[in-house]
Order: sequence, then structure tokens, then C-alpha cells
Amino acid sequence: MSWDWQVFCQDTMDKEVVQGCFGKGGDITYLDWMLSAWGWTVSVSLSALVLALVLGSVIGTLRTLQGRPMVVRLGNAWVELFRNIPLLVQIFLWYHVVPTMFPAMQAVPGFVLVVLALGFFTSARIAEQVRSGIQALPRGQRYAGLAMGFTTFQTYRYVLLPMAFRIIIPPLTSETMNIFKNSSVAFAVSVAELTMFAMQAQEETSRGIEVYLAVTACYIVSAFAINRIMAFIEKRARVPGLIVAGGSGGH
Amino acid sequence: MKKHIFAMAVVALAAGSAFAQANDTLAKIKSSGSITLGVRESSGLSYTLGNGKYVGFHTEMAERIISDLRKQLGLTALETKYQPVTSQNRIPLVTNGTVDLECGSTTNNATRQKDVAFAVTTYVEEVRIAVKANSGIQAIKDLNGKSVATTTGTTSVQTLRKNERAGGIDFKEVYGKDHADSFLLLETGRADAFVMDGSILAANISKSKNPADFKIVGEVLSVEPIACMLRKDDPAFKKAVDDSIKRQIADGSLAKLYDKWFLQPVPPTNTKIGLPLSDATKAAWANPNDKPMEDYAKK
Repeated sequence: MSWDWQVFCQDTMDKEVVQGCFGKGGDITYLDWMLSAWGWTVSVSLSALVLALVLGSVIGTLRTLQGRPMVVRLGNAWVELFRNIPLLVQIFLWYHVVPTMFPAMQAVPGFVLVVLALGFFTSARIAEQVRSGIQALPRGQRYAGLAMGFTTFQTYRYVLLPMAFRIIIPPLTSETMNIFKNSSVAFAVSVAELTMFAMQAQEETSRGIEVYLAVTACYIVSAFAINRIMAFIEKRARVPGLIVAGGSGGH
Repeated sequence: MKKHIFAMAVVALAAGSAFAQANDTLAKIKSSGSITLGVRESSGLSYTLGNGKYVGFHTEMAERIISDLRKQLGLTALETKYQPVTSQNRIPLVTNGTVDLECGSTTNNATRQKDVAFAVTTYVEEVRIAVKANSGIQAIKDLNGKSVATTTGTTSVQTLRKNERAGGIDFKEVYGKDHADSFLLLETGRADAFVMDGSILAANISKSKNPADFKIVGEVLSVEPIACMLRKDDPAFKKAVDDSIKRQIADGSLAKLYDKWFLQPVPPTNTKIGLPLSDATKAAWANPNDKPMEDYAKK
């Protein structure tokens, strides 16, 4: 087999190589299609990321509340539920099982269901990181906040969370990158994202190696972009002396 | 310097041992006393029963071809190695010499003919529409405004796209991850129709909870010649395979084999697929040829 990168300039209907590689007047080349698929991948991932960050932060925080055992148990249940079921199975539950139980869910598009599934799955993992971040702080931090006359909410808002979030930026970076890679399961429920493009385009063109290499590059670029953004945030949010190497308790 | 080594490694990876391969499969089979047959794990014409056992219409036909090859080469024994292949790897595995003969469910088309050769067509697949029996859908024009399921990574997606463009009809496409998923989309009402190869539709319906709830309707959306795949530029091997297939057509054994796999109960569930021999397949047998799919469309 030899390389044939021209395959990306082919029209998807008649397989003619198009000048300039982009289809005109409603025609679509494989390059157009791949860029649109990349768009779907990025949309799924970013939407799920927002959902996961919000839910994960709230649930992770609730799990560290003192004197509220019921709330803590609910948070724990959430985490254990969503991290003990494989992601692909969760996607199927959302797409095939939930709508059979609640007919109203039939009308919900696959895109939304994937965002929910991926967002909830990742929220459990982020909640676990937020919890460990908060619990890594010495007890004195919480007591100091309360001694200042802060309410519990204010203690979290002004003392605990700003420190905890700085501690957990590295694992959060991994998680945000994982969302991009995990979004590939969306093809299973008819979202036209990169993995689906790869499977379909390789069948149509018989140029699997070129197609998979290009798709791999798209995934690497997206995940690495997120990695750089997180590295930037980590750098900007750093407070000198807040996190001391050597593990003396993170303050 | 480092870049060169990397580039060479990539090229070597892609090309496999294609360069080292002498293009004389018959000699290779004779000297090694074995042939590697490419089979599919789950397709209509070739599938596995587990434990390394492969069956199906095309698999059994290939076993007969191999037995003819053994006779032609004058060997007393010829070992058959079964190598499962997927849509993604079947062409590289044939071109790099891992697989000598692939008899699964590969469509013979012009793009693939650039890389590999095909034996004469042994089965002509017709792309059809499966719907719920009570849906009232009779033809592709009835699909306007409906949602239509098909399976990611199949040529039916292209067929669907072409029909949508040509017929001026507008439907929503939903894609199953595999055929079982696509059928589930139809079963659970997420899709109003499932467009796919007739044999796959028939097999899925025969295995469903209530086969009577579904039917195959409408016109034939496209025809695809299915053939065994072999390495390019090896006329002696291709002739031996073609001769064996022509022999099987002429003495009626291929028709009997069809009857066994499509009209009688087949393992593992012992249900009947119930798909009679199509006119297109009959025509291909009456006049054995290795024309690609594109030649069928021109008619």
C-alpha cells in the first residue's frame, strides 16, 4: 500500500478529486466532512466538560460537609453510581433504556444524551478529585474560617475551595483531556463525530490508514490544546508559597 | 537523520512485508503445505460459532475451493489456517501476505481493485429497507420526513446518501454502531426503517423476538457483488480459485450450499434466514465475472 492523501479532496458522492479540497455548492469532500466531525467532537466534549465541572464541583463539595451525613451519602452514591458503570454502557442506558421507561425522553436528540452521559460520568471523577482536594487541607483551615465568623458557605467560598482547586489542577487537566478522548463513544448513538467519520470514510474510500492518521492528529490537537489551556490556568492561578513541595499539607 | 528513520519505520509498518512477497501464492501454498483463509467473525456469509470454528455460506465455499486447490497441487494434505479479519484490516492483510484468500462479505468495487484482485462474484447483495410490518411504509418515497437507521462503516450509508439526493426526499439518518444496534433502533422506534444488505436484514429479523412484526419492503436500492479477495497480479492463483467456483456453480453444489445457509435452519440458534436466491445472484452465476460494483450501477 502506498500513501494517497488525495483521498481527503475527494467528493463524498462521486469520488472525484475536487480542486482546493473543499466542496462547493452543497458538495462535500472528505476534508469538509472530517472538519464537521471534528466540530461535533469538540462540541460534545466542551458541553460535557462544562456540565462535569459544575456538577463535579458541587457534588465534591457536598461530600465534605460536616454534620450532614445524608448529603454526604447522597454525594457518595452519585460518585459510586457513575464511576462503576462503563461509559459505553451508560451511553446505551441513556439512549435505549431510559427512553423506554420515560417516553418523553424519546424526543431528546442523541447529542444531548451523550453530553449528559459523558458529563455525569466525568462529574463523578471530578467530584472525587474535589473531595480529595478539600480533604487534603489541614482541619485548621476550616476552623480558622469559622472562627472568623464566616458561615459554612463563606468558609468554602473564601478559604477552602480556592486552595483545593489549585491543588487539584493537575488531575483536572487529565480529566479534561480524557473528555476529548472519551467523546469517541458518541458514535455509538449516532453523533457524527470523528470516530464515526473514521469508520465510515475508511469503508467508503478503502484508505483506512490515511483516514485514521488524520483523525488521530485531530484528537491529539484537541486534547493538547486543552492541556495547554489548563497549563496556562495553572500558571496564572499559582500563589507563591500556597502549595509547598514536600507535602506539608498544602498551605 | 532521525526523521528518516521514523519515516522509514512508518512506511515499513504500512507496507508490511509486501515488498518481500513473491507473487506466487500457489507456490507458497505448495511449499508451506498450508493456506491462510480470511474469514469474518459476524457477517451474513461468514461467521464464527466460537472456539475458532468458522462457518457460513462463503466459508464453506472457500473450504471447497481449498480442497480443489489441494487436488490441483497434488498435495495429500493442505492445512487451512483461519484468520479473522475486519472491514478495517482485510485489505492490508491480503496485500501484505498474511491472508492468501479472503472469503467473507467483501464488496468488489473499483477502489479496492487498485489494491487487490477478486475472484468471480459468488453472491450479489441487494440493499433493501426493513420496516415494522404495521408502519405502512412501502417504498423509499414513503420515508420522507422519517428517520432511517443504518450501520456506521458500511456502504449502505453511501447508498442512503445517494438516494436521498437523487429522490429529493428528506429523512433523518441515525447510525447504529453495529447491525444489532441499528436493528434495535428500528425495534425501539427510534428509526422508522433500517436500510442495509438484504441478508443482514433477513438475519436480524429471523433472530428478533417477533419476526412477524417486521418486513422487507421497497425497491432494491443498490446491488453489490460480493466476492473472495486475493492478491493482485497472481493470475495462476486467481484462475485456480475461479475454476473451482465455476465448477461449483456448474455441478449445482453452490446452489445446494445456498439452500443450506439461507433456506434451512442454521447454527447457532437454528433459525431460518429465509432469503430466496435473488435474480441478481442467479445472473452472476449464469455468467461468472469479476466486474466491480460500479459496472452493476451502470445498467
